[in-house]
Amino acid sequence: MTVTSLPLLSRIWLSWLTTFRILFDGRFAAQVLALRAGQVSDDSSAPPALPITPADSARAHSRPPAADAALQLLALLQREGRFLDFVQQDVAAFPDAEIGAAARVVHEGCRRAIRAHARVVSVRTEAEGAPLTLERASEDVKLVGNVAGSAPFRGVLRHRGWRVEELKLPTMVGEHDLTLVAPAELELS
Amino acid sequence: MSSKFVVGIDLGTTHSALAMAELSATDPHVTVLEIEQLVGAGAVAKRALLPSFLYFAHESEPALALPWDAERRFCVGELARSRGAEAPQRVIASAKSWLSYGGIDRRAGNLPLGAPDDIEKISPVETSFRFLDHLNEAFRAARPADGDLSEQEVVLTVPASFDAGARDLTVEAALAAGFEQVTLLEEPQAALYAWIERNGDAWRSHLHAGDRVLVVDIGGGTTDFSLIDAVEQEGSLGLSRVAVGDHILLGGDNMDLALAHVVGQELAEQGKELDRFQLGALAHACRSAKEKLLSDASLQEVAVVLPSRGSQLLGGSIRGELRRDQVERYLLEGFFPAVAATDLPKVRARAGLTQVGLPYASDAAITKHLAAFLARHAFAEPATGAADSRPPTAILFNGGVLKAEILRTRVIDTLNGWLEQRGSAKARVLPGEDLDLAVARGAAYYGLVRHGRGLRIRGGTARAYYVGIESPMPALPGLEPPVFALCVAPFGMEEGTQAALPPQELFVVVGEPVTFRFFGSSTRRSDPAGSVLERWRPGELEELPKIELVLPPAGRAAGDVVAVHLQASVTAIGTLKLEAIAQTPLVADERWQIELSVRHGSSSDA
Repeated sequence: MTVTSLPLLSRIWLSWLTTFRILFDGRFAAQVLALRAGQVSDDSSAPPALPITPADSARAHSRPPAADAALQLLALLQREGRFLDFVQQDVAAFPDAEIGAAARVVHEGCRRAIRAHARVVSVRTEAEGAPLTLERASEDVKLVGNVAGSAPFRGVLRHRGWRVEELKLPTMVGEHDLTLVAPAELELS
Repeated sequence: MSSKFVVGIDLGTTHSALAMAELSATDPHVTVLEIEQLVGAGAVAKRALLPSFLYFAHESEPALALPWDAERRFCVGELARSRGAEAPQRVIASAKSWLSYGGIDRRAGNLPLGAPDDIEKISPVETSFRFLDHLNEAFRAARPADGDLSEQEVVLTVPASFDAGARDLTVEAALAAGFEQVTLLEEPQAALYAWIERNGDAWRSHLHAGDRVLVVDIGGGTTDFSLIDAVEQEGSLGLSRVAVGDHILLGGDNMDLALAHVVGQELAEQGKELDRFQLGALAHACRSAKEKLLSDASLQEVAVVLPSRGSQLLGGSIRGELRRDQVERYLLEGFFPAVAATDLPKVRARAGLTQVGLPYASDAAITKHLAAFLARHAFAEPATGAADSRPPTAILFNGGVLKAEILRTRVIDTLNGWLEQRGSAKARVLPGEDLDLAVARGAAYYGLVRHGRGLRIRGGTARAYYVGIESPMPALPGLEPPVFALCVAPFGMEEGTQAALPPQELFVVVGEPVTFRFFGSSTRRSDPAGSVLERWRPGELEELPKIELVLPPAGRAAGDVVAVHLQASVTAIGTLKLEAIAQTPLVADERWQIELSVRHGSSSDA
């Protein structure tokens, strides 16, 4: 995340805004505290610590999905692991053995594609099924079951979760139609 | 001009890699540069390895644009490899093997073999140049502030078994790419340098004076052996390369093809016929199945699935399997059989008329090739003249194939069996890692060594070189006149040195190209320049591509006969230079350079 300096007027506006948010939003206050203590990492994958545009506090931040990257990923999964061929086909009529054989192709190829372009790690490292105490609510861990009360939350870890720590998709060069995730093939003899 | 970096380039048969180190750093360390390349249509990404494939676009395809060239009609790297499987006549593979093959004119446009008419074929030298040029472009793109590779000191690796001509052509490709400060380094030496770099100063506690290291380097397309001695040098430890093996075109790709053949055979017996595309996919699937079986001893078989070519994945896919017993039988027993030290590779007589093609090794047993190498350089009886023949005490592995522990174990067990039988101590394994990138890393480290930052492996030329001279005798029908071999370059010439001038005169006609037969020997270590061999044991001398001299008529009449002496020197780059020196010069120091890598005559295969 690049840190730039704000002009004076914006700073006055921001201080007025944050005063109230610190008072009424405990999580936000904790983040400001961490910022003061210098604990905020420079890692661009970390969520932004401070909302610096006034609009953010008024309504939920929304942005359109990045279609190019999604199309690229689909093309990659298809090229390496025949992903679209697999999910586009109606598998109901086929025996499990045949689906299993196809799954190997898809699994091996998609795994290779994902590993080459992303670093995926578990959100929690504890064993699934083990008891876990969460000191405070966090976006990292979704509470399920009897969701009530306040932190600390005691429960059983059901899923470790996944986080993409790094995503390195190929750079696109030249004029290419990204919606063409797999061109048709014509064999000349 | 002082360079900022030393750059090591592994220009491999199947992959290339680039590593570098900053010269001005107080504690320079070697890093690998990820190489930007096309990985899919219009998709560019950085990879540690650049597959050594070159693909020519068809007119139906858009340009193979790179960030630095929007109009390009060819590409190298990952996309070239995958397009090559789809349109094989448009791709060049194994260019490095062609570069060392005297059976074709290596400066003439003849690749890809069998290319369609719309492709302007290029030479093996130009193919190598294009790989180097791509590395240069990727370097410039990644480090815009550091200029390009022509401003850096470049160490380029070649197989130890490359002869003088193939080394020359490699340098020619590098000069064409603009690399002005280039040095050659043998790949097994680079692997040992990488090992030294990784171990820091601790390497001296792993190796002691008197140790002899056997480097076994098995890449995708070639197998290369070297022996390197640890010796006492002015009170401290030094390294000296004492022997290199023959050029063996045998590697991991052969192994994958062999397994694909086995599985394909089984599928054919079940009535499942495979087309060319599926056979290619089968080799691919067998490679990953093999890797799984080799890395997990509990697996008994791994399914090999060939997806249907159409968009319906289910229903059209073919399922086979690769079993452990097959891997053991065909890979272990086929390529790495536990053989006796006396079990040498079968030599298949060459057919009189062969198609143009690479001279692949005719015996796939790598352990037999190793036995032959050691028989010559390590197990020979002292009386046979091979100086300093003694067994290895340590072994260093290199090359992607040897990532499989079971294969390393087989090589070391076989070697130790031989050593035990001879009453020698077992060899220990020098632990290596990252067998894909070690050569590039070692080459960059060698660049630092040349600046006095580390220990240099001494060695000099790995062969003695001889010129064939026909003995004067009356012509007899059906009998070729006997050939004497005149030694022009003794074994072990160091960079920047010159051989003594042999007293023998050769006669050359002015204005006409004169070719000489040319021989190399990796076993005759004590012939000085000027010695003449009238006979030699089979296998002792290896015939190399012919050499050629053209005397320009300047100052002389065309057709005149001039007496010359041949003198060899080794350049600072590490290539052999042969010059003809006029016995009665017209001007001071009159000499002409002899061309080392001309086309191999078809009848000269010994």
